[in-house]
Amino acid sequence: MKQNLAMNKEWEDILVYLEYHYGIIHPISPQLIGKSYELALSAGKNVYGVMAGKDVYKSKDQLKGFPLKKVFLYETEDEYFRSDLYEELITDCIYATKPSVFLIGATPEGRALAPRIAARFKTGLTADCTELLIREYLNLVQIRPAFGGDIMAQIITPNARPQLATLRYGAAKSIEPVFEHRIEFINITKEKCMNKIEVINSEIFHETKGIAQQDILVVAGKGIRKKEDLSMLEELAKLLGGELASTRGLVEKGWIPIDKQIGLSGQTVKPKLLITCGVSGSLQFLAGIGGADLIIAINTDKNAKIFNIAHCPICGDLYEIVPELIKLIKNGQNSGLLKSNTN
Amino acid sequence: MWIVKIAVCIKQVPAYSSEMVSNETGTVIRSGIKSMLNPYDLPAIETAVRIKGKIGANIDIFTMGPREAEAVIREAYSRGADRGFLVNDKRFSGADVLATSYTISQAMKTVDSYDLIICGRQSTDGCTAQVGGELAELLDIPSVNWVNKICDIDDCSITVEQLLEKEKLVLKIPYPCLISVEPSIYSPRMPSLKLKILASKKDIKILSLKDMKDKDFKHYGLRGSATKVEKIFPAPKIERQDIIEKDPTEVAKDIFKLISLVKDL
Repeated sequence: MKQNLAMNKEWEDILVYLEYHYGIIHPISPQLIGKSYELALSAGKNVYGVMAGKDVYKSKDQLKGFPLKKVFLYETEDEYFRSDLYEELITDCIYATKPSVFLIGATPEGRALAPRIAARFKTGLTADCTELLIREYLNLVQIRPAFGGDIMAQIITPNARPQLATLRYGAAKSIEPVFEHRIEFINITKEKCMNKIEVINSEIFHETKGIAQQDILVVAGKGIRKKEDLSMLEELAKLLGGELASTRGLVEKGWIPIDKQIGLSGQTVKPKLLITCGVSGSLQFLAGIGGADLIIAINTDKNAKIFNIAHCPICGDLYEIVPELIKLIKNGQNSGLLKSNTN
Repeated sequence: MWIVKIAVCIKQVPAYSSEMVSNETGTVIRSGIKSMLNPYDLPAIETAVRIKGKIGANIDIFTMGPREAEAVIREAYSRGADRGFLVNDKRFSGADVLATSYTISQAMKTVDSYDLIICGRQSTDGCTAQVGGELAELLDIPSVNWVNKICDIDDCSITVEQLLEKEKLVLKIPYPCLISVEPSIYSPRMPSLKLKILASKKDIKILSLKDMKDKDFKHYGLRGSATKVEKIFPAPKIERQDIIEKDPTEVAKDIFKLISLVKDL
């Protein structure tokens, strides 16, 4: 029988979910540990970690040096994440640690797990936070973009515990594993877990560079009139040795797959060069491009919000400018002034 | 004959534009804003209609919102849904993810016990992608989100492909269960004219607090919410550069020069 838990004074400390698959700790985990350590330190509390998966005991070396008091390692039979199985294991850990705050990475896995835990404990969940602050008694202040991303919302979970939040990738700095204390590891193998979901097959993606790792991105926005016109931007991206990405609007239209989407509900990118074409620049989108070194924005609307942050804001028609630009690059390459790209 | 009992959760959302947020106060200007069906819900409806076409199904639509939200149920009718339920009570308003999920779980329980619940990836206003998972937990059924493909479906389970960060999993889930589908799963069909005409005449059932098994108003809406929005504020602004506006050929040259500086082309 699932329990409904009211808040009481037993709930203290911070628990972080450490994602671990195929022998690798997810890069968001050091960010979560870093943020949790910062929050816990100011309140004089501890940070615990929880991890589930196959051969999780092998992660011990990778965790050495992180400021974690205890890490709970739940051993599973196979590598695969399933929300019902992981919910059972993490719930067990929450009862064991009674954290006031439970932080999870806003990864696909974290965002599958978090709602199940939150509803199980009848507690609040703030998704995809970009900033977290702490008040007295580890009361967590959660900040996330709201209303399509144009404004920020400051959210608290006053009466329920644990306070659950998923933290977006890159919202906190990774902490270096330079701490000298010993982490206490607790190995757990649970028998007979709820596990109704059966894994039939699994396939690891081929190592392609996602848009998050690209140095050069061309971004298509709603200024693109029809799907076929994307090929023009695709060509520009290829010529520059980069990739085509897009805003949410085109993903919703089904023109571009979701893994190419930049923004709050898509990817955070940090390219050296970002060229936006017909992108108006909602905050939901802007939230994803803060790390770009140089932003060139082309839009016909002088009042487009993208111009507030672009290093090179160009008011003009992408249908006139992009073909010219493609011509220049091709001419440059043909005349030998420019090397053609191979990456 | 056995058919799958499907429930699809949909939402009416504001048809956003950036002009909606007041620059001075950071508040959302709601007056005169048009509403629409959350675009992420179209693939969810489409998935249900495809399943109906393949093995037979009854498709019930659930939406929580004001009376005007009937419009999105009618839109679902015009795309092939069978029955629509509008979860509507002023005591349901101000709900966070937990209270929303709880209300929908209660509403579903009053109607039927569903084999399969289908949600879209997320809404365009809340943008949390969390209601599906919480709803499944409150109904005590397994859930799989980020569903990219339906591989197989029979009378006791559905097999789906889930897209995680680095891997694709093919998962077989027994009924009852919940899936949240990605926009890439199917392109939504256009509403049929015939169904559109029928949709305007079709009945929509309203479910309010008195219809729920749990009639304690403290479990719903703002009072039933675990989170509280303390304040909203505009995001910090960055210094603006002067806008360049000239002949496309000239602009292209400027961009070309700039790119050459950054990238060793």
